Amino acid sequence: MDQSISFTLNGKPLTVATDPSRPLLEVLREDLDLTGTKYGCGESQCGACTVLVDGVAVRSCVRTVGSVTGKKITTIEGLSADGKLHPVQEAFLAEKAYQCGFCIPGMIMGLVGALQQKPVPGDAELLSGMHGHICRCCGYPNLVKAIRRAAAQARK
Amino acid sequence: MIMPDEPLPFIPSPEDEHQIIEPVEFDFGLRRRTFMQLVATGLAIAVAPWPTDAQEQKQQRRPDKSGGNNAPKSVWERIHIGKDGVVTVLTGKVEIGQGARGEFTQAAAEELRVPTEQIQVLMSDTGLVPNDGLTAGSGSTPRTVPAIRQAAAAAREALLELASKRWGVERTSVELSGGKITHTVTKRTFTFGELAQGEELPKTLEQATPSTAALTAVSDWKVMGTALPRPNARDIVTGTHRYSSDIKRADMLHGKVLRAPSYGAKLISVDVAPAKAMKDVIVVQDGSFTGVVAPTTARAQEALDAIAKTAKWDESPHPSSKEMYDHLRAHAAEAVPKNEFAEELAAAKKTLRATYHAAYIQHAPMETRAAVAEWKGDQLTVWTGTQNPFGNRSELAKALRIPESKVRVITPDTGGGFGGKHTGEAAIEAARLAQAAGKPVSLKWTRAEEFIWAYFRPAAVSDAEATLDAEGRLTSWHFITLNAGPSALETPYRSGKKLARSINCAPPPLRPGSYRALASTANNFARESFMDELAAAAGADPLEFRLAHLPSGRLRDVLEEAAKRFKWSERVKSKKKDIGLGLACGTEKGSYVAACVEVEIDRKQGKMIPRHVCEVFDCGPIINPDNLRAQVEGGIIMGLGGALREGMEFQNGRMLNASFSAYEVPRFRDLPELDLHMLKRTDVASAGAGETPIIVIAPAIGNAVFHATGVRLRELPLTLPEKMPS
Repeated sequence: MDQSISFTLNGKPLTVATDPSRPLLEVLREDLDLTGTKYGCGESQCGACTVLVDGVAVRSCVRTVGSVTGKKITTIEGLSADGKLHPVQEAFLAEKAYQCGFCIPGMIMGLVGALQQKPVPGDAELLSGMHGHICRCCGYPNLVKAIRRAAAQARK
Repeated sequence: MIMPDEPLPFIPSPEDEHQIIEPVEFDFGLRRRTFMQLVATGLAIAVAPWPTDAQEQKQQRRPDKSGGNNAPKSVWERIHIGKDGVVTVLTGKVEIGQGARGEFTQAAAEELRVPTEQIQVLMSDTGLVPNDGLTAGSGSTPRTVPAIRQAAAAAREALLELASKRWGVERTSVELSGGKITHTVTKRTFTFGELAQGEELPKTLEQATPSTAALTAVSDWKVMGTALPRPNARDIVTGTHRYSSDIKRADMLHGKVLRAPSYGAKLISVDVAPAKAMKDVIVVQDGSFTGVVAPTTARAQEALDAIAKTAKWDESPHPSSKEMYDHLRAHAAEAVPKNEFAEELAAAKKTLRATYHAAYIQHAPMETRAAVAEWKGDQLTVWTGTQNPFGNRSELAKALRIPESKVRVITPDTGGGFGGKHTGEAAIEAARLAQAAGKPVSLKWTRAEEFIWAYFRPAAVSDAEATLDAEGRLTSWHFITLNAGPSALETPYRSGKKLARSINCAPPPLRPGSYRALASTANNFARESFMDELAAAAGADPLEFRLAHLPSGRLRDVLEEAAKRFKWSERVKSKKKDIGLGLACGTEKGSYVAACVEVEIDRKQGKMIPRHVCEVFDCGPIINPDNLRAQVEGGIIMGLGGALREGMEFQNGRMLNASFSAYEVPRFRDLPELDLHMLKRTDVASAGAGETPIIVIAPAIGNAVFHATGVRLRELPLTLPEKMPS
């Protein structure tokens, strides 16, 4: 049964009319055409679908849209403002931390979420937190460099 | 306009030869005769106006050229120069993470003497680009890069010729650099855009052939050899790049397909009424194909669940992964040759026999199979993530019984493949659903569908037998590999007698297909492990034993360099408890690789932990060092997965580990210390690099485990025995 569900998406208030049991990921992609957030596994194992809910990185494939009523959602599309990239995006670009790129929006959102903690966690803790993200191209060496670069920037 | 050519016979390019492509057969209910008539009419090349939203890049329309892997005969088929001065490079290759888009940009910029920003690469749109074959077999670098360079060099000569004609000056007094043509005497200049006004430039490029102009020597490269970032990298980090699964069309619906509960199961009956009763749901039944279409994926899933409950299946017996190696042996498609090196066997100081196994593994690309299909009248456009857009076009035409000229396949830069996306099943399913729905349909396979219904790197049984003389020299080598395929089959080592044979199995337990470096992952594992066993039998150091049998050349060079950098000879002397050192080398796809590894044995957890990998790689002149490094690193780390954990488990026709929680691919925590070195050779042609770096990882780790524990592991993924010798 469709319901009206209201939340803030990338800074703007929004109401969608849909079945509240649908995955947040699907509503973002199919109803709102925000396709930067990817489907990778549907079981919160790969991190490709990561978005921020009230500043915390969550897997949108296992969160229902009904569960985000009244919350603030940020997707990869909401990360850069006025054409200026977020420092984490800059770090990924600088380290060429991409191959096919399909995991990258989720990786970036996961790292942005982790770096919002106060104080900013150490590199080891950050990397351990990123274990939930899979890059099947196995581009981990450049991803590690990007994570370290972004973390150093955040600690400044 | 270009005149259509006579259709040419399909000549497979070298990268296609060893590829395993087994398309799914679809049995849609159109009448066969109709199909044959359509095929006959399809041979005429249609110059049809396509919808203009190709990859949403500006460029000019050109006709589709059917007929397979034919190198373009005109520069215009490969390179367009727009009236805005933008150079468009056209290629049938796909960007799937390997970095071809950047390399092609560099190749064209180098020969056209133009900044890379002035170049765009239009890839893998069968309606617009030449057929460059599969994106497989590490072929983009050795074959497509030269093809683009030849066309760009010819375009450069045509521009110079045209400029000298316009100015009425000597051809030798005209130069091209920095994207500008200059008359050296008067310093007058033309931009590409200025020369492209009117019809003369397109006409000249149409008449020019790609092969006549000289290519820039490696020592003079200015753009090739540099670390150009991926041209669309910004779209990746902002999430704005649209993969096939992100394509949205007006009125688009979402599809789901009914899957069998087990391999080989046949549908007896299904009651689709529950789905038909659902609002906005369309049910499609055609032969054994059953699918649903709905406004959202969730709704489609609900409809599918409703009818899946009613489906009755006739299941058939299927071998389990536990008995798989016996099954392969029992189903060899031809007689397995006996070792007939009787003289060597009789005279041998030592004879060794060993059998090696490799499991079925999945590519598991991050983007599952996905397609958006749209019909406009009888014309079909499909956006799909594949390594084989032209092959997909043929599959679509065959399954839907329409001529190829009515099918256009567009492959946006795709979310990973690793040899796993050669076939077009998702494209066909989406096309059939869209045909029935009368609206565009998006179909995205779930992770479970990808794990179960995509194809697999074949499992392998490899029997090795060899003899040594009193001096520890190989006198005979006898190697039979079942089901793996022929890549890296021949040994590069000297031996008195040699025989190597690849034998297929029929029927194989799972659907076979290509993989990163194909069968070399299995064959190189068996050979390099066996070489280690032979070294031990001869009482020789694994490095010394290999070098004693390796003629001088590129393989020997990478092995020696890896051993030197790793300090093999020094480190192997001082043995530490539960720390093992291993090495392996190999060659495939025209490149050469060697690795030395250090592995820690964690007895409590029963785990092998690679701590240090030193790999030396030689693929000739390096086109983009950062991209090359990324490919080598990716190959090594993906290799850790196949070496230590990945293997499909199945029973009663059901896959038991069809998820990322059950099938453990490499993650951040698996990253060892990496020490990579590329030999910078300039005296040979560039080879591809996406595959070969993977082939030494598993054997090097297995050899290190033997060095640490004395236990020889002969099966991939490697597993320590429950009872380890102390």
